[in-house]
Amino acid sequence: MTIAALFFYLYAAVACASAFMVIAARNPVHSVLFLILTFVSAAALFVLLGAEFLAMILVVVYVGAVAVLFLFVVMMLDVDFAELRQGFLQYLPVGALVGVIFLVELVLVLGTWAVAPEAMRAIQAPIPPLDQVSNTQAIGRVLYTTYVHYFQLAGVVLLVAMIGAIVLTLRHKENVKRQDVGRQIARTRAMSVELKKVEPGQGI
Amino acid sequence: MFVIGLQHYLVVGAILFTLGALGIFLNRKNVIIILMSIELILLSVNVNLVAFSAYLNDIVGQVFALLVLTVAAAEAAIGLAILVAYFRNRGSIAVEDINLMKG
Repeated sequence: MTIAALFFYLYAAVACASAFMVIAARNPVHSVLFLILTFVSAAALFVLLGAEFLAMILVVVYVGAVAVLFLFVVMMLDVDFAELRQGFLQYLPVGALVGVIFLVELVLVLGTWAVAPEAMRAIQAPIPPLDQVSNTQAIGRVLYTTYVHYFQLAGVVLLVAMIGAIVLTLRHKENVKRQDVGRQIARTRAMSVELKKVEPGQGI
Repeated sequence: MFVIGLQHYLVVGAILFTLGALGIFLNRKNVIIILMSIELILLSVNVNLVAFSAYLNDIVGQVFALLVLTVAAAEAAIGLAILVAYFRNRGSIAVEDINLMKG
């Protein structure tokens, strides 16, 4: 139990420190790398909570896809990031004040709450014991039966996002020849064949 | 101290959420950092959902966290695509320049 507590404090401290560095780093590339560290630490916290499947998904989706996407965009855009950082110190006092007040309010709320006894009876799908059903299997049993519509809607959201990203970033260059199936099919004989009257012995 | 309960995780979630909101405040000119701050906020929501799921012994919280993860990934992809398209058109990603609609 003590070792689990120590690991919790380790990963929580790393997550909070690297989250701070995400917003405080000078170089956006460093920000992305600290974001990766935050996600990995959060995945470790999920493992400590017993949500192994979600932890692995977090590593695969965020570290493997989203963070790399961020990294690509940061490195591809030719932006003067030092110029974008102007005003950081100007907003720092007000921002820090708002942040501290907000955090104190949140922690005060967390310190005084209590779980209503009825809440424990409102459980939709209790987690089966780990020695019988693994976490992945337990999620699958619920996700593909009761929540299958939400699952499919999530798929639709991803599809729309994929199509939207492609539409937004796809660009046709002017002087590159491409196959245009519509134009090929719409071609008629009148458009493509021309009869010329050629005088004998002269050529065109 | 050495028994980790729900509140410890909730405090971690609160700190991550506050840092994300603070990041939007402080880096008001840099859209990329703002997008990363939004990712931090969504991560803190996920931490809360999973902590409550483990505490109440209810697996639905983890299913919901999975859906939040999906939406976060879609949001990052669309946001970065808009950013790239905007940079191509205007040559800058400063937030102050995005005022064509006078909103």
